[in-house]
Amino acid sequence: MKNAFALIYTGDASMQIRELTFSRSVAAVPFGGRYRIIDFMLSNLVNTGIYNVGVIAQKNYHSLMDHIESGKEWDLHRKRDGLFVLPPFVTHDNTGVYRGTVDALRSCMGYIRRSEQDYVVLTGSHTIYNTTFSDMIEAHINSDADITIMYNEDDSKASEGPFDDLRLQIDENGYITDLELNNPKTKKKYRSCDAFVMRKDTLEYLVEDTYSHARYDFTNDVLVTRSKELRLKGWYYGGYVGRLNSVVDYYKHNMALLDKSVSSDLFNPEHPIYTKIKDEFPASYVGNGYAVNSVVADGCVIEGIVENSILFRGVHIRPGAVVRNSIIMQGGIVGEDSMLDSVIMDKNVNVLDNRQLSGYCTYPLVIRKGRRV
Amino acid sequence: MPKKKIIAMLLAGGQGSRLGVLTKSMAKPAVPFGGKYRIIDFPLSNCVNSEIDTVGVLTQYEPLALNAYLGSGQPWDLDRMNGGVFVLPPYVSGSEGQWYSGTANAVYQNIQFIDQFDPEYVLILSGDHIYKMNYSAMLRFHESKHADATIAVLTVPMEEAARFGIMNTDEDGRIIEFEEKPKNPKSNKASMGIYIFNWNVLRPLLIADAQNSSSDHDFGKNIIPKLLTDSASLYAYGFTGYWKDVGTIRSLWEANMDLLGSDPEFNLLDKNLRIYSKSPALPPHYIGKAAEVRNSIVSEGCEVYGKVTRSVLFTGAQIGENAEITDSIIMPNAIVGENAVIKKAIIAEGAVVGAGAVIGAKRRPEDGDYDTSLTGDITLIANSVTINEGERVPVGMIVK
Repeated sequence: MKNAFALIYTGDASMQIRELTFSRSVAAVPFGGRYRIIDFMLSNLVNTGIYNVGVIAQKNYHSLMDHIESGKEWDLHRKRDGLFVLPPFVTHDNTGVYRGTVDALRSCMGYIRRSEQDYVVLTGSHTIYNTTFSDMIEAHINSDADITIMYNEDDSKASEGPFDDLRLQIDENGYITDLELNNPKTKKKYRSCDAFVMRKDTLEYLVEDTYSHARYDFTNDVLVTRSKELRLKGWYYGGYVGRLNSVVDYYKHNMALLDKSVSSDLFNPEHPIYTKIKDEFPASYVGNGYAVNSVVADGCVIEGIVENSILFRGVHIRPGAVVRNSIIMQGGIVGEDSMLDSVIMDKNVNVLDNRQLSGYCTYPLVIRKGRRV
Repeated sequence: MPKKKIIAMLLAGGQGSRLGVLTKSMAKPAVPFGGKYRIIDFPLSNCVNSEIDTVGVLTQYEPLALNAYLGSGQPWDLDRMNGGVFVLPPYVSGSEGQWYSGTANAVYQNIQFIDQFDPEYVLILSGDHIYKMNYSAMLRFHESKHADATIAVLTVPMEEAARFGIMNTDEDGRIIEFEEKPKNPKSNKASMGIYIFNWNVLRPLLIADAQNSSSDHDFGKNIIPKLLTDSASLYAYGFTGYWKDVGTIRSLWEANMDLLGSDPEFNLLDKNLRIYSKSPALPPHYIGKAAEVRNSIVSEGCEVYGKVTRSVLFTGAQIGENAEITDSIIMPNAIVGENAVIKKAIIAEGAVVGAGAVIGAKRRPEDGDYDTSLTGDITLIANSVTINEGERVPVGMIVK
């Protein structure tokens, strides 16, 4: 058991992975055939030995709550500590709508104060990777840093998504000497992974102090603005990092699972990724159905042809259907002789017989949850 | 403890010696089945789907794998405040203690366990059958007949009736005669080994049976015949649907094959009466660029780079490039190397088949004599065995 608790911030008001987040927060968006995005962070924390986890919810969190329930699938239904979902609540000084991360953190100050651990891991919920935070926490404790920020190397230029692109300049001793937020012309290759370790009392002080100055954003108003007064250190992470900032990112990181080096990094058997169990029968290939270079979850029935695609649980590909370069979420049905290319089908979409749908890899066609085509 | 209307006692102590090396290190109910299940998932899920929330699992032979698998009962939603799943091994009381000497004796030794719940009815199940059944329909039948005991029966082909315990009934379904494996069967209603007893009828019977040193302490051989001679009211409850005793290597292989196809003999895709199992937390399976999977079922965590036809791949199985698997069962975490050829075989948990090995090869004179009485034409590679690169294992051989 680590001397740390964790806070996962899921409620970004500006988030938008287009149609995929109409009815759910980004943390609850399905990923990789059987997971939701938040499964990666919850599993990382549990695999670290952190059993006190607060999930800060803001908007559209029904889907999220339905998914995580009591936390028992992550072994987080504990007598002491465990999983706490922290939705907004309205009081005389709390309007119910967060003006930013600092505002959200302040509204769950009660939970933070009650937590018995001395350190906190603060993370967002739109970045996926599979690691433990043990070494990072250890390094933070043994350093003089106020905050340690996990980062990786990312040469891509800043995306237009709703999430912050925080770039770091790191000196040879690991100290952060400069921070840049959402600079589309950035030349810095080190990018924050949206995971921070600090002492609990540091967090309490920073949140109250920033709030009292009518500042509400953790990245901007704490990290960037106070970068000179705080000692910030970086913690390099070399594994695969997927930032789900846009539909194209979403498509790209799902498709990356077809690459063995990515899937064995994200699904490292030493750090299993846990999720809600659906008790589906294994996938069944019948008649002339087959799949090539695809990830297929339990409960699928494949009577047609599937190539370079990700099929979530309980998808049915009927005879003669051809699905290429697509992501078909839970319960999707592709009718006889229909052809799909570069399509993202949200949950329970029914594509009838003889339909032809196609997007492009840089602009996949997204079909909203529960629609009939 | 709150009173329960009905509780189930699941007999899971059998060795299952006809499954050969598959049960070398685990009891039969823990044997993997159907890609992601173990045999015991079927009776346990049936209980939960029938709103029976208290199940005693009687273990004796190699209980470790079974105990570890059952855990708190959470995968079956049997982690309950009142009731749930209980593992009941034999125990020592005072200076006395004995192994379970028969099915009836196993339940007899747990009378105190059952009495805690003060049930009206006790459902006796065995852990070696694959089927989906709603026991609450059987209970309603039992209640409507005001029976002392009800036995579930399956109509089997007349020519096969001699292999079963056969119930001869009157028009109302009341059992008038029971014959164990009769040479000339009078009916084709075979006992499925599923009984509902009124606890106040069964309890004294078990106590009397335990005193009788000439008894085999067996439900089929002793308890049912005793009820019949006492003219108790015994009824046969007809079950229609898939039911298979997977007590032999052939029947285990057949039952797995019965899951394949668009209209399988045994349909587990049906959301009705869902079967639950413990999840190993593995990602969805991956089918490689040159892989070809036809008419097969594939479970989570598998990676397939070769050719798989009419086969069942269990969780975490790995099939190398250009390997060819036909009519086979590849159990959890087994690894098949590239260019290996496997025909009509069972590759047990964690076994490794080296590159280019041939399993189920045509028999040659130099293979000499080996025992195929358990396997017939099915080749069996035992748990965690490694078959070396290029090695040849002929049809029907057991490698342990």
